[in-house]
Amino acid sequence: MMPIGHYLFLSLALLLIGSIGVITRRNVIIVLMSIELILNAVNINLVAFSRYYGDVAGQIFALFIIADAAAEAAVGLGIMIAFFRNRETVLADEMDLLKW
Amino acid sequence: MLDSVLFYFFASIAIISAGLMVTRRNAIHSAVFLITTLLSTAGIFLQLRAEFLFIAQIILYVGGIMVLFIFVIMLVRLDVPLPQIRSRLQKGAAVFVALAVFTEAAIVLLLARKVPGPGQGLIDPLPAAADKLPPNTEELAKSLFTAYLLPFEIASVLLLVAMVGAVVMAKKRPDAP
Repeated sequence: MMPIGHYLFLSLALLLIGSIGVITRRNVIIVLMSIELILNAVNINLVAFSRYYGDVAGQIFALFIIADAAAEAAVGLGIMIAFFRNRETVLADEMDLLKW
Repeated sequence: MLDSVLFYFFASIAIISAGLMVTRRNAIHSAVFLITTLLSTAGIFLQLRAEFLFIAQIILYVGGIMVLFIFVIMLVRLDVPLPQIRSRLQKGAAVFVALAVFTEAAIVLLLARKVPGPGQGLIDPLPAAADKLPPNTEELAKSLFTAYLLPFEIASVLLLVAMVGAVVMAKKRPDAP
């Protein structure tokens, strides 16, 4: 097995790229995709440590995170479709109904 | 040897296409690059001997979630001219903070091997004895249906709630103006 530090660096890089996407993009769909990327980076960490300690618990947690990501994507995209129907936009800057 | 070749192959594809995903203007291009990232992550799962997660990643993420994303991108009108990001400052600050966090974590990881204890295996290669995870889909199933049965059921309820919630959110309300 490779030293686990390599996996940690890969996971860290993906996490930071995803965070840059969440912070700088204005299109809400791409923000949601960046969140999927962040969850995926967490999964790499969990699976690498599962291999490192020879224990399957990490893989089970990764499985739960995949289920969670599916739920989050479904609800988020549903909210986005409802919002688009009302406001005709997908830009995060224009979602300011709750700003007063 | 083969292990490290496979790892660097998949890791470089993952990082390059993640960077392209964040920077592309067209949302469909972003989705395609995200699919590439997820597939190469699946390759890394296989290289870590997590066969079940490899299959689950491809079927669930690439087959399910990404199809959902692409459907929504095509439903929503994206051809409005997207204005440029107004402040270059924001983008620069984000990249700077990300690089700073990466450097900090790299320093911590590289210093961790000087401390006696579990941190020593992080960078240096493992002794062969620690590499003891056999092909393990069966182990995963046993553990999932005994020790982790309650979280499993809670996850199923979560998925049901998310499904109902998504339908309710996206449904057209007849009484709406």
